[in-house]
Amino acid sequence: MSPDLLKLIFGRLGLESLPLHEPIVVGTFVVVALGGATLLAGLTYFRLWGYLWREWFTTVDHKRIGIMYMILGIVMLLRGFADALMMRGQQMLAFGGSEGYLNAHHYDQVFTAHGVIMIFFVAMPLVTGLMNYVVPLQIGARDVSFPFLNNFSFWMTVGGAVLVMASLFIGEFARTGWLAYPPLSNIGYSPDVGVDYYIWALQVAGVGTTLSGINLICTIVKLRCPGMTMMKMPVFTWTSLCTNILIVASFPVLTVVLALLSLDRYVGTNFFTNDFGGSPMMYVNLIWIWGHPEVYILVLPAFGIFSEVTSTFSGKRLFGYTSMVYATVVITILSYLVWLHHFFTMGSGASVNSFFGITTMIISIPTGAKMFNWLFTMYRGRIRYELPMMWTIAFMLTFVLGGMTGVLLAVPPADFVLHNSLFLIAHFHNVIIGGVVFGAFAGINYWFPKAFGFKLDVFWGKLSFWFWVVGFYVAFMPLYVLGLMGVTRRLRVFDDPSLQIWFVIAAIGAFLVFLGILSMLMQFAVSLLKREQLKDVTGDPWDARTLEWATSSPPPDYNFAFTPVVHDNDAWWDMKKRGYQRPLTGFRPIHMPSSTGTGVILAGLATAMGFGLIWYIWWLAAASFLAMLAVGIGHTFNYHRDFDIPAEDVIRTEDARTKLLAGAK
Amino acid sequence: MSRLKILALLPLAAALSGCDYVVLAPAGDIAAQQRDLVIISTVLMLLIVVPVMALTVLFAWRYRQSNTSARYEPEWDHSTKLELVIWSAPLLIIVCLGALTWMGTHLLDPYRTLGRIKAEQAVDQSKAPLEVDVVALDWKWLFIYPDYGIATVNDLAAPVDRPIQFRITASSVMNSFYIPALAGQIYAMPGMETKLHAVVNHAGTYKGFSANYSGAGFSGMHFNFQGLDDKGFDAWIASAKSAGGSLGRAEYLQLEKPSQNEPVRRYGTIDSDLYRLILNMCVETGKMCQSEMMAIDAKGGRGHEGLNNTLPLTYDKYARRGTPLGPEPTFVAGTCTPDAPQGQTTASIKAPTDIAPLTGAGLKRPTFAPLKSSSFFLGQRPKSDS
Amino acid sequence: MTVAVNPTQTGEPLFYLADEHPHPEGYSTSLGFWIYLMSDCLIFAMLFAAFGVLGANYAAGPAPKDLFDLDLVAVNTSMLLLSSITYGFAMLTMQQNKIGQTQMWLAITGLFGAAFIGIELTEFAHMIHEGATPQRSAFLSAFFTLVGTHGLHVTCGLIWLVTLMVQVGKFGLIEANRRRLMCLSMFWHFLDVVWIGVFTFVYLLGVLR
Repeated sequence: MSPDLLKLIFGRLGLESLPLHEPIVVGTFVVVALGGATLLAGLTYFRLWGYLWREWFTTVDHKRIGIMYMILGIVMLLRGFADALMMRGQQMLAFGGSEGYLNAHHYDQVFTAHGVIMIFFVAMPLVTGLMNYVVPLQIGARDVSFPFLNNFSFWMTVGGAVLVMASLFIGEFARTGWLAYPPLSNIGYSPDVGVDYYIWALQVAGVGTTLSGINLICTIVKLRCPGMTMMKMPVFTWTSLCTNILIVASFPVLTVVLALLSLDRYVGTNFFTNDFGGSPMMYVNLIWIWGHPEVYILVLPAFGIFSEVTSTFSGKRLFGYTSMVYATVVITILSYLVWLHHFFTMGSGASVNSFFGITTMIISIPTGAKMFNWLFTMYRGRIRYELPMMWTIAFMLTFVLGGMTGVLLAVPPADFVLHNSLFLIAHFHNVIIGGVVFGAFAGINYWFPKAFGFKLDVFWGKLSFWFWVVGFYVAFMPLYVLGLMGVTRRLRVFDDPSLQIWFVIAAIGAFLVFLGILSMLMQFAVSLLKREQLKDVTGDPWDARTLEWATSSPPPDYNFAFTPVVHDNDAWWDMKKRGYQRPLTGFRPIHMPSSTGTGVILAGLATAMGFGLIWYIWWLAAASFLAMLAVGIGHTFNYHRDFDIPAEDVIRTEDARTKLLAGAK
Repeated sequence: MSRLKILALLPLAAALSGCDYVVLAPAGDIAAQQRDLVIISTVLMLLIVVPVMALTVLFAWRYRQSNTSARYEPEWDHSTKLELVIWSAPLLIIVCLGALTWMGTHLLDPYRTLGRIKAEQAVDQSKAPLEVDVVALDWKWLFIYPDYGIATVNDLAAPVDRPIQFRITASSVMNSFYIPALAGQIYAMPGMETKLHAVVNHAGTYKGFSANYSGAGFSGMHFNFQGLDDKGFDAWIASAKSAGGSLGRAEYLQLEKPSQNEPVRRYGTIDSDLYRLILNMCVETGKMCQSEMMAIDAKGGRGHEGLNNTLPLTYDKYARRGTPLGPEPTFVAGTCTPDAPQGQTTASIKAPTDIAPLTGAGLKRPTFAPLKSSSFFLGQRPKSDS
Repeated sequence: MTVAVNPTQTGEPLFYLADEHPHPEGYSTSLGFWIYLMSDCLIFAMLFAAFGVLGANYAAGPAPKDLFDLDLVAVNTSMLLLSSITYGFAMLTMQQNKIGQTQMWLAITGLFGAAFIGIELTEFAHMIHEGATPQRSAFLSAFFTLVGTHGLHVTCGLIWLVTLMVQVGKFGLIEANRRRLMCLSMFWHFLDVVWIGVFTFVYLLGVLR
């Protein structure tokens, strides 16, 4: 075939795009391919495709979508953490003339991919998954406001993750750092597909995130059960509401800034170029106007989880509910007024820098108030040290440190000496791991019995906990020290041999965390095997306080046979206290949304379009776009998107639960 | 002040452990003040962090389930007094820290000229500060000493106790100019200038590097910064002068091409206009300088004629690359006027403080270094590899 | 504690609704659509901000006063404003359940919208033909992107409008279609408001600058 024809069909994709010269990548590919083939063969052999498609891929049930988000987050955690181990290994080895084992081309992709994956495809899915699962249950709703959109959002997130994973084996990922500052990320300095993968992965996933934000806001505002006024909402619902407001008010900024960057890269406009009047500094400003709220998008739900967990396991009302809510709202608003603290060193005037420094510090006031609220929730409580509570205590001790170094970095002159150093790396891992990741794990351990009907194994859970917590400190305290020695981030090789010991310690820490992740996977596996022993039939294994514990575990498709009525902040606690009688008769048909495959198809087409644009395969991009339009319009011709669960089915489900409860008694 | 001195001992103790905590024990007064701010802020925050951590551990232990002797009040969820304390305690700390931040940020603004050499020594106004123009290249540092007419690559020196004024820019992508022992960092950005004022108080050799990832050769983008006594500095200048090499526009265009782990280089003579051209991104002949472009834009652009003054880009640090869907890359051609060769514009000339030149005496002649490589001339377009 | 099971039930239950009515279809739609519009508004806000930052960086090229033909833009603006009015008539007739008239007004709205897009494309083609391409300067990049994004939105609105006309023709003015027409109405007027911003800040202030 002529080269022109090949170019027309494959764009710039060719055999040389496959990284066959990178033994590490080839090895990974072989393992992934074998594993993937085994999985696919297994699914085919056990004839699970139909089941998966009907019950999971096309589902609009917020609970199943939530679980799928969590699975996505945990799978991507493995990839992101593999990158972390590679970085730690490289930095541990590359001393005294040694180049380590990664060349710049590979190493620079690794740290970029690590950041992008951990934020967008680990932390975000974990947080979104928990919100998706828990919020409708906590507010006594049957599903989210727009169930189809929920399914579509999830698959768009998957589409972004697929593009990032594809970059590992087809072509390469960006070599720019996770925020891809121009001019480095512009076509002149990054002409390859890496940055295009970055752009389209985030654009595809970003659409999903924005839509899921809109969806959850509507759900919380419109679908709360009777009696649940705003100030009677559980704190996790409050933080979810604030998080989703932040999502809707910040992700469009990311969309625009990436769109402008792609215009620069594809058609040669001059937004962020050096010549022709473009301004790279505008990119840095815009991306952080999204980027800083993003931090709170991740951490606010974690705060909510800790609030639920602390109050449940202290057997006590949450201290200072009102101030907790106001603190959350204040953080939400202030998070838009601090973005410049990510680049004090760009040379803004002293007044601008101190303004943003001080607003940043002000955020620590409501955050500090929250910390005290958790403390005084524990005060005069009866604390049960189940796994979620252990994660919470670890969070409180760790997050305070991370907050302190964060406020330190908000002092501009201090930032001048610590900016971009390993001290900064240690700081944000301190808050993201100590806050978001610990929060997600607390949430997983807390709500797992709700989702699956059995508790998670305690032994492996504790092992995982200790490996994670100890590993975290061993991995990141050395980075604080190195930061004070003036060691900067993203270095691939080092000259000064006296630094090596610290990197060795950090690598050991990373290995401990790795053991923590393995233990967690073991915990899931062991719990699945021991599910009969760990079974919870009550639906309320922790003697908890909020509405999601009022229904069975796992909840029926319709969540609640009768919509609950709420009289108190701790609705379920109040119900238990006042001798709530579970209704046994009078069941009616329940109106529910039907499953649809449109979301999967649309997201698949969007991913194909992204792939076409990345590789300049214009026909693929155009065809997928037109197909997307056609499928989208076609979907609007379907007016029958709901069905009724017949009363007999409800009665059967509820009777089964009645029997279970009687057995448990 | 005595309080500060005690605090200053803390890093000393840390340094004793054998490692080089350069951020905590710097050699320059600016970095030392920044260090003080780091420590004071940390101590201020520890005032609240330590009690919180202690209370966490205490409550976690005291109110464990097995300790039935501890009080249990499941309905207790509000206390106005406590609420006041938990909001006002952080608030007080932040008020103090905010005041400190406001003052510190203004006093240690890198654009601010120095007022003191070290704690007890004011700047001697009779001594002119040392001026250094810094250019971040891919992936090495170019230092130009305009007062001495020399330039170096990856080698920086300054006399002890003499204020230094850095003017910093970059040739292609963003970097950050950072010598931890001397002063905090500041970004180096193409087409823009940042400034840094600092002074080194102790003789010695310190590390400097880029603190902002800038591409494949980033790890090797470091240099030594030497604090020398006056005699040593003069010797250093003399050795650079005698090194011979000359840095003009053509040599610069060779130098700025991407390269990694560059050895130290010195140039005994330089094109005195070079830094201005680099900053305005018009080292290549025929390209319009940013300053001229901005002056034209400020007057409302160049109208329809402006549509025709672009030329195909013939030179790029990396191979020449276009976008898949856009036209071939171009650049804006400079306009040559008799008094502003190479696209200089009167707008960039500052009002003279010395009126001698206005009388016609001592006008600086514009330097013009003809380019050696013919490929830089306009019109010869190498094939695009995009 | 386990939940007690008690088969006897008297009076109105305290903790649940015995007589529940499901939320009507599209219960959250208008709120959701409003929130979507706000997020879209943010997209335009960012593009306006980009234009604000870069709008005077002509790169020694042409400025707004050299390029913009205010007469043409005035005609263009009136097209969009008129389309908003006719959409309003479409909504009024919809409320009176007059399918034919609703369809007619929708068609007129579509024609005005198409005229708007046509004029805008003519303007773009003219500028690009002159050499004032989006690549010429940061000002032109920001201009084409801001105005082009608005045009793209109007185009999407047109596709939506046609789809809805087909659906109204096929299924009549049923509740779902009324809701959809309502959403498109908000979208359409929103684009009008954005255009007023574009007209003022980009065209008028640009020419005055």
